[in-house]
Order: sequence, then C-alpha cells, then structure tokens
Amino acid sequence: MEEDVLLDLEKEEYIINMGPQHPSTHGVLRLVLSLKGEIVKNIEPHCGYIHRGIEKMCEKLTYQQIIHLTDRLDYLSAMINNEAVCLCVENALQIEVPERVKYIRTIMDELQRIASHQLWWCSFGMDLGGLTCFFYGLRDREKVLDIFEESIGSRLILSYYTPGGLMNDIHPNFQKNVKKFIKYFRKILPEYDQLLTGNVIMQERCKGVGFLSKEDAINYGVTGPSGRGSGFSCDIRKHAPYGVYDKVDFKEILFNEGDTFARYQVRMFEMRESMKIIEQLIDNIPEGDYTAKMKPIIKLPEGEYYQRVEACRGEFGVYIESKGEKYPYRLKLRSPNFSNLSALNAIAKNQKIADLVAIGASLDYVIPDIDR
Amino acid sequence: MRGFINYLTGIVRGVWSLVLGMMVTGKYFFSPWKIVTQQYPENRKKLVMYDRFRGEVIMPHNANNEHKCTGCGICEINCPNGTIEVISKQILLDDGKKKRALDKHIYRLGMCTFCALCVKTCPSDALTFSQEFEHAVFNRAQLNKILNKEGSTLMKGVE
Ligand code: SF4
Ligand code: SF4
Repeated sequence: MEEDVLLDLEKEEYIINMGPQHPSTHGVLRLVLSLKGEIVKNIEPHCGYIHRGIEKMCEKLTYQQIIHLTDRLDYLSAMINNEAVCLCVENALQIEVPERVKYIRTIMDELQRIASHQLWWCSFGMDLGGLTCFFYGLRDREKVLDIFEESIGSRLILSYYTPGGLMNDIHPNFQKNVKKFIKYFRKILPEYDQLLTGNVIMQERCKGVGFLSKEDAINYGVTGPSGRGSGFSCDIRKHAPYGVYDKVDFKEILFNEGDTFARYQVRMFEMRESMKIIEQLIDNIPEGDYTAKMKPIIKLPEGEYYQRVEACRGEFGVYIESKGEKYPYRLKLRSPNFSNLSALNAIAKNQKIADLVAIGASLDYVIPDIDR
Repeated sequence: MRGFINYLTGIVRGVWSLVLGMMVTGKYFFSPWKIVTQQYPENRKKLVMYDRFRGEVIMPHNANNEHKCTGCGICEINCPNGTIEVISKQILLDDGKKKRALDKHIYRLGMCTFCALCVKTCPSDALTFSQEFEHAVFNRAQLNKILNKEGSTLMKGVE
C-alpha cells in the first residue's frame, strides 16, 4: 500500500474519492479519481452502495408485483419502466390491450419524460452553480406531478400500469389539466433558454467540454439523450415503436457535436417534442376499457422474452425467462444509466475536475438505476 | 486589431446574456404573487389532497361499526412486501353452521410501498386509501396498525 502511494507521488498522480456522498454525483455513487494537478487522468466508478438485489427479488414475485419494484430503478422514469415489464408480459401472453390504454400510456410516458428532463435541468443548473434554475424547474415539475397525483394517487413511485392495462382510469380532469400544463409550459420553456442556455458562463463551461464520439457512444452503449448528443440515432420510439408512437409525428433529436452542450440541447428539444406528441394524442383518447381482461394469476408460457423501451435516460430493457410458472425464472434488466456511466472514463479523461461535474450533470445518471 | 474587437464583442455578448437571465429572475422578484411556495405547516388546515391520493391503507367502517372484510386473505397473498397479515376466526352462525370471519387485519405502514395491489384485488372492496400523509410517529411499533375496529362485524349482504 505504501509503495503504491509512493509510486503515485512519483508520477505526480494522486487519488481522491468523489462521493459516495457528494452532491454532484446525484446519489450514492463513488468515483475514484486519479488526478494530475486538476486534470483527471482516470476514473473508476464504484457502484453498489444502493444495490438492493431487485433482479433477484423479482424471482419470487408475481408479474403484477414486479411492477412496483421497477419504479424503484430509475425513479424519474417510473412510468416507462413499468411499461417495459407490462409490454413484455403482454407480448408473451399475446394479449392486445385496448386502444385507450395505449393512448393513455403514451401520454403518461411523455409527461414522465418532461418531468424527468425538468428535474435534470434543475440539477444541471445547480451543478454549474445556478441555484435559481433549481427552483424554477421544480416549480414546473410540480405541475406534472399534480397531474399524476390527481389520476394515479402517487407522485414519484407511480405503479400505474399493470399487465394488461392500467390500475385505474384517468381522472375526468386529466385532459383539461394536461392541456393547461402544455399551454403553460410552452410559455415557460423560452424562459429556461433565456436563463441558462444563453448564459455565457454556462456556454463556456459546456461547449467543447466532454467530447464523446459517435463510435465511442456505440461501443459503450450510450443511449438516450446522451447518445443522441453524439449523433447516435438510438430512439426506440422511432426504431421499434410501441404504444402509439407509430401514429404520432415527432422528430428524433440528433446533435453531432458530442459535447456537453449537445447533450444539453438534445434534452431541451426533447421536451418540446414530448409536448408535440401529447398535443396530438390528448384530444383523441378513444373510449373503452382501461384494462384488458386478465386472469388474476398470470403464468407466462415457457420461453424467453425481451422488450425494450425508451426511458428518459436511454434504452431500458427487460428480459424475462419463464419456466411456465407464475414467477419469472430469471429477470434481467438492462438499465441505461449503467452503460452511460461506463463511458464516463472515456468522456472525462484529460479534462479538468470541475468539468467532470458538468459532464456528470449532462449524462444525468440516476444511481438506483445503476445499482439496481 | 480584429482579435481585440472580437474580445470586446465577446464581453458585450457575455454581459448581455447575463442581463437576459437577470430579466427572468427580476421578473419574479418584482412580481412576488407569482411565487408558488406553499407555507406548509401553516396551511395544514386548508390543505386538501386529491381524493385518489395514496396516503395509507384503511378499512372504512359504517355507522354501525361494520366493515366489508370477509377475512379471505387475498390482499395478504397479493401484497409484495408482507405488509398485511389477515388473522381469521371461525364464528358460529344462528343456524349452527360455522363461518370464517375476520379477527384481525394487521397492516404495517412502515413496510408498505403504496402499490395499491391490495386495494385493487380485494374482492369485496373492503380496503381503500386515506388521504392522510403525515405519518411520522415517535415509535416504530406505532406503525403497526389493526385496521378493523374493536368489536366490528361484517356488513350485511357482503359475502
Ligand atoms: S381486506 Fe379484502 S382481500 Fe383482504 S381479507 Fe378482507 S376481504 Fe379479503
Ligand atoms: S399498498 Fe401494496 S405494499 Fe401496501 S399493503 Fe397494499 S399491497 Fe401491500
């Protein structure tokens, strides 16, 4: 041990821990940094501080019960995680869910995406030293959460979808409130740009910092807005549409710069695209049941099933191996943040340690999703 | 010379971007009625939660101290966390037949994840969520609750 330290000193590299309790790692993530002066030479992420063994727990839960655990992965895209499991089970059973369910699910997913990107914007601003963003972002996110609360009853940990449909129907006020929110948020979003996007300090800190090439993005499996900031077209909503995404008109946001600012821009434009999707659907929710007829005990036929969806931070996949029982034999989750984190070393190498904070903010990782 | 001009325009642009940002914050500074902060402990009396809000699981009783729970135990099976424990007993009916009835419906709030599976799967709609959200207590044991009230019986007409 002592020799190691001496050796490091000879090379003039030293090791410091960032985290596990560090505000800019957004949770209990420990990054072991080796630094030369203030240049980051190597990053070693240590995961597992919030590991709960969710995949193992799922082996003893029925398919309805699994849903509530997927909320607790990436809690900011709880809706979309729920949908992945539901779609996987529905595809395995070959059930067709009612159109109404598909519409509501797609709207809810996009609301969730907006809420998630709002919170990301809050913390991005805060990591770069702008606390005002944090308050403004949370103020607007509250409006989405209120919509959730009215229809579902919970705000963050939603458990709204069940295999075959939804827990309960939407609230009669849902459409009215969503429209009101969209109108409000369209007006507010330019304010976000005025406050932070155009800000000279923010631009200086983000432009040309933390470059991730398209090749690296593909090699490391960086998906979601972070991958699309490097020009990697990976939007599952476009490439393998589920829900009613094949019926709506929206753009996949792609930026080719690959730096922190590009990743920032992707998310800012994605919020606008999400609003566009919601606007196309909100008036056309068909009448019908909010759930398909399901047996109380779901048994998947023997086999392997995989379903992927576009969560707020990238591609979220659920792999179920069933032996024909009411519990899955094995359930594997492909979480976007874990792959995105693996690229951190490639992105932040030879950058300043202060830029590491900006890069981390632009990758937008949620730690419970990394550790599961 | 050109470098110097670029340098100056850079400064002007930078300062202007800061001014634009300050305009946003200034707007809210001078219009404090747009502030949306809730004064939480002070507004407790007026605070109304949405009626679907998942506060905690309760078992509604009517005026005659009757509930709808038959003691079937389906909620216990469906709960993913072992939050619920249903203890049933055998009661003697008037015609001499034995029948299962609820003795205790134990609900451990500290272990509940508010997934709503119990409420949804109960065949006789005996459970529902209350809008209570202030759950803090001084002792962990106080989180273990018995949902059926003392001396309560099954509602007429519920099987
Ligand atoms: S609450 Fe409902 S599900 Fe639970 S034991 Fe009573 S009747 Fe059965
Ligand atoms: S809400 Fe979920 S966790 Fe809580 S008691 Fe009901 S089934 Fe169990």
